[in-house]
Amino acid sequence: MDTNASHRLRRRLLKAAHFVGLFLAMAVICLPGLWIVLSSLRPTVEIMAKPPVWIPETLSLDAYRAMFSGAGQGGVPVWDYFRNSLIVSVTSTVIALAIGLSGGYAFARYRFKAKSAIFLGFMLTRAVPGIALSLPLFMLYARTGIIDTHFSLILTYVALNVPFTIWLIDGFFRQVPKDLAEAAQIDGCTPWQAFWQVEFPLAGPGIASAGIFAFLTSWNEYALASQITRSVNSKTLPVGLLDYTAEFTIDWRGMCALAVVMIVPALTLTFIIQKHLVSGLTFGAVKG
Amino acid sequence: MAPVTLRKLVKRYGALEVVHGIDLEVKDREFIALVGPSGCGKSTTLRMIAGLEEVSGGAIEIGGRKVNDLPPRARNISMVFQSYALYPHMTVAENMGFSLKIAGRSADEIKTRVDEAAAILDLGHLLERRPSQLSGGQRQRVAMGRAIVRQPDVFLFDEPLSNLDAKLRTQVRTEIKKLHARMQATMIYVTHDQVEAMTLSDRIVIMRDGHIEQVGTPEDVFRRPATKFVAGFIGSPPMNMEEAVLTDGKLAFTTGASLPVPPRFRSSLREGQKVTFGLRPDDIYPSGHGLHAGDADAVHELELPVTITEPLGNETLVFTQFNGRDWVSRMLNPRPLRSGEKMRMSLDLSRAHIFDGETGKALAG
Repeated sequence: MDTNASHRLRRRLLKAAHFVGLFLAMAVICLPGLWIVLSSLRPTVEIMAKPPVWIPETLSLDAYRAMFSGAGQGGVPVWDYFRNSLIVSVTSTVIALAIGLSGGYAFARYRFKAKSAIFLGFMLTRAVPGIALSLPLFMLYARTGIIDTHFSLILTYVALNVPFTIWLIDGFFRQVPKDLAEAAQIDGCTPWQAFWQVEFPLAGPGIASAGIFAFLTSWNEYALASQITRSVNSKTLPVGLLDYTAEFTIDWRGMCALAVVMIVPALTLTFIIQKHLVSGLTFGAVKG
Repeated sequence: MAPVTLRKLVKRYGALEVVHGIDLEVKDREFIALVGPSGCGKSTTLRMIAGLEEVSGGAIEIGGRKVNDLPPRARNISMVFQSYALYPHMTVAENMGFSLKIAGRSADEIKTRVDEAAAILDLGHLLERRPSQLSGGQRQRVAMGRAIVRQPDVFLFDEPLSNLDAKLRTQVRTEIKKLHARMQATMIYVTHDQVEAMTLSDRIVIMRDGHIEQVGTPEDVFRRPATKFVAGFIGSPPMNMEEAVLTDGKLAFTTGASLPVPPRFRSSLREGQKVTFGLRPDDIYPSGHGLHAGDADAVHELELPVTITEPLGNETLVFTQFNGRDWVSRMLNPRPLRSGEKMRMSLDLSRAHIFDGETGKALAG
């Protein structure tokens, strides 16, 4: 065999190994999700079976039917939880993005006193475990009477997300050359127009990813929500999962079904925005 | 009609003053180059004219109107950036028409004017591309196109050619010159490259450490540099310069060698005066070689050893040892030379420059 052929063979083998490796990694990541979907469709006996039943024998949508049939029939008020989750997540994301956008821009573009100290301070808030805040927050909210409201959750999530969105958006604005905003101003823009016409679209992918992060954090957050929410007024989906646990039993199938209901919107949103994340904003503004 | 006037213009960053009250009159339709080493304040001055930097003191007038506190958009200027600063999310056509779109012009008018500019710069076939799909030279032309479309009173250029390779630089330089002839607008051009400044401009402003050293035509600054700094900055290779003291009616160099005082300066120099003697490479040449019409009694001949040569084809730069260092000279219609070869060199002292040893100012001869 000549060397060309052997190199070609080796390249193909490596490529195949590469694919197998990627597939295994993907399987490890996806399997739990798949297991949840599967478990939501099979009877509890099968879920609990030892040794596990890998291939389901019967599939049914009973869990979903029970879930959406409303409380009182052993169901959980999913629609209320869903509405709460949506209101809280969307509102807190929008607010966190608005603050993150202004803050990130300021950190990227302006010089001011104690800039790095403030920035460091923001980052340090990320070092505090969220659960450590639950008791103080609970007391604060209980005293001010905003416990068990959307407002309290939104406030909490905005505070939780703002440092991260500022940090992320700051990084993206730093990548947008200053020259562009200046060129836009010479082209007749006000600083405000220059921002919206030039800098904002260019930092778009960063803002989108900050948005996804903020949304998913609020959507999935459990620890704080479980303390601050009390009733269907404000309970979010992750807290709602707990409705499936009774004193002696856990309805694994129902829980999995609710988890699927939670995953679907988050996944959809990510898919929609993903396009903007990888829109391949090929920079050609400046040399390099 | 847009002359640009700078009056006692000052720029300070906190306590640090980087432009020290400069005065400059740029005439209408003039092409003026601001040139100087890095950090001399030329870009800062340009950015103040553009409105991108605040003015700390003095005044800027464009077309007779004080613009100190006007935002860039109200000054009716265009600027070509060193980085080109094209909007990456817009096509070439959108980039060029952006200023008109912001001004609220009709789509038809935008298209007409973009097409006109594209025709001038030969960009017609690139209009639908994005900046990332263009080469450096093309991006540069788009940046110029964007400036043209706006039909400004004043064009500002901030080192527009420094990101291009040498060949392209020469090409685009010619295009800028043509553009000026065609647009008949005032142009202010910042560069650190003296060749660009010399070839393009009607007048050159040489800056150093936030001061203007000299303003003059390319011929002026080359033939009659006002200071030692200008003499060293303009001209390539740079002027040969050496410290000297007038001793016994001769220019005595520190190492003991001496030269006669150039005829024009004979009456003005005093005994013991410290000066800097300067002679351009063009004014040192192998005796009897090439065409030189120097004043016969101002030519001083010396026998000097050749250290190295730099052949450039049409001419050779010859480095000869004199007074302990290399003096560059220019040999037109060159013949091959060897290192160490002794050559008879003619120094045309009628073209020599003498600068005051203390102030560095040129002495009048």
